[in-house]
Amino acid sequence: MRGPGFLEQLEQALPGAVSGSRLDALDPWIEVAPERLVDVCRWLREKSEVRFDALECITAIDWFEPDPKKAAKVTWQPHTELVYHLWSTASRVSIVLKVKLPRWKGDVPGQLPEVGSVSGVWRGANWHEREVYDLSGVMFTGHPDLRRILCPEDWEGYPLRKDYEQPIEYHGIRGR
Amino acid sequence: MAQLIDDDPRIIEFDVRTDEMLVNMGPQHPSTHGVLRLVLRTDGEIVSEVEPHIGYLHRCAEKIGENLTARQWIPYTDRMDYLAAMNMNLGWSLAVEKLMQYQVSERARHLRVLIAEMGRIASHLVGMGAYGLDLGTFSPFLYAFREREKILDLFEEACGARLTYSYITVGGLTADLPPGWLRKCEEFLDQFEPVIQEYHSLLTTNAIFVKRTAAIGVMSPELAIEYGCSGPVLRGSGVDQDMRRDGESIYTAMYDGYAFEVAVMKNGHYPRDHAYPPVPTDAVLGDCWHRFFVRMLEVVQSMDLVRQAIDRYSACKGPLGEPVKLTEKIPAGDAYLETECPKGQMGFYLVSDGSAIPWRVRARSSSFSNLAVTHELCRGCLIADVPAIVGSLDIVMGEIDR
Repeated sequence: MRGPGFLEQLEQALPGAVSGSRLDALDPWIEVAPERLVDVCRWLREKSEVRFDALECITAIDWFEPDPKKAAKVTWQPHTELVYHLWSTASRVSIVLKVKLPRWKGDVPGQLPEVGSVSGVWRGANWHEREVYDLSGVMFTGHPDLRRILCPEDWEGYPLRKDYEQPIEYHGIRGR
Repeated sequence: MAQLIDDDPRIIEFDVRTDEMLVNMGPQHPSTHGVLRLVLRTDGEIVSEVEPHIGYLHRCAEKIGENLTARQWIPYTDRMDYLAAMNMNLGWSLAVEKLMQYQVSERARHLRVLIAEMGRIASHLVGMGAYGLDLGTFSPFLYAFREREKILDLFEEACGARLTYSYITVGGLTADLPPGWLRKCEEFLDQFEPVIQEYHSLLTTNAIFVKRTAAIGVMSPELAIEYGCSGPVLRGSGVDQDMRRDGESIYTAMYDGYAFEVAVMKNGHYPRDHAYPPVPTDAVLGDCWHRFFVRMLEVVQSMDLVRQAIDRYSACKGPLGEPVKLTEKIPAGDAYLETECPKGQMGFYLVSDGSAIPWRVRARSSSFSNLAVTHELCRGCLIADVPAIVGSLDIVMGEIDR
């Protein structure tokens, strides 16, 4: 499954969905276009030779350097990266999906970037997506119940973003 | 499913329909294992909907991890699953070692197996005892804690702490075992082995316990997999998966040469069936009783593994090796590793930009996924079954909220 045949099948079934891959990495990964993510996930779960029937984890990585001196040295453009870890119970193999999103939708601060929800593919994705929304501020379109999960519902900001600033005060509790 | 008979409370309750009511359970409810809040929508005694509210213990450990070096984050992993802190340390250490492509010494490998399996016994003892509490019996809790104390004593002697150990660390372990430790450990195992029969008579075969757990909260293997359930919760549904055997090579290599059979029902039998009480006729694969029973089997399995580890560790004369520097630089890249912790598969994900401080750390909690399935299991059950179902998932809030 980690051979090139797998990628070709995916490319054949969903042309243009894969925008990059490294199958020889520590954890083999493929990069998927954000608008095709749900299709790719459905294909991986239902159609591919290796059925990825479990979604283990969704992680959002904020690629942003708040310090201007350090930011001048980095080689990447600021963006948010979603990482999906999938697992196949029958074949006991894993695959990693990566999706690149802008930090803000249309580069307007405050407008959360959007990506399709995979909670219709794996029901277990529901809570994982709520957590990513809560802590990293990614909007999952089509999610049945997108609310904050770990932070209180009236919390402001997205703590796992690199430019997050802890509130000075929350309901009379001093934060800093 | 067990046959519903006319005097079954579920039948009677369905006849007397009343108004729906929202009942709040927790966050300080004793049977919710920490600070879990459940909002139940009930019609009489029947629960139509359960909504877990979590986050009361949230301290954003992942954000803290972005401000510390990889080794400095070890104490924070202790506080995730604080009932199996050794296994949490191991999970994070292995994930970092995977990215560093670091190999620990043979002696450290066997010592890690020894310690991790002792941690598993301790965690399952709490799970078992607390499950008895959830169902209204107090004595098994005391029996379980009596034995757990002895494990904590051993851990204290090895690393100085009783709960948050930080013993296993990146590159090995912080110290070798003190002299005489192995003998004490063997004494404990010899003494502990017959005690397991007591647990079986107190809980496993107890008629009231079986009535409270058999055919309650039945989870199909498909449902368990779709929700990403793992550990005893997954194996209790008959899915043959254990990361110690099926995981990535850096983790399974630890168990190379160890003989153990995954505790899962295959063809209607658990491994080494004869030594255990028979499965009650009411029990259905995937119910609370099976999840509990898998944990009991794993206690025995871990005892076996500890004995094997003691032999291998004492036969191994090489050096233990030193842990990596606190400020060791981690190569740029990312690595994800899942290990089989007592509660399920705990995953750690690490993204590094080449400095000593990780760019992003992520903890995939097994209890988080296991708890997410509650609303499916509790639909249509009685209020009294809710603690039975939640207890059978054996969750730890420190790990869910992180």
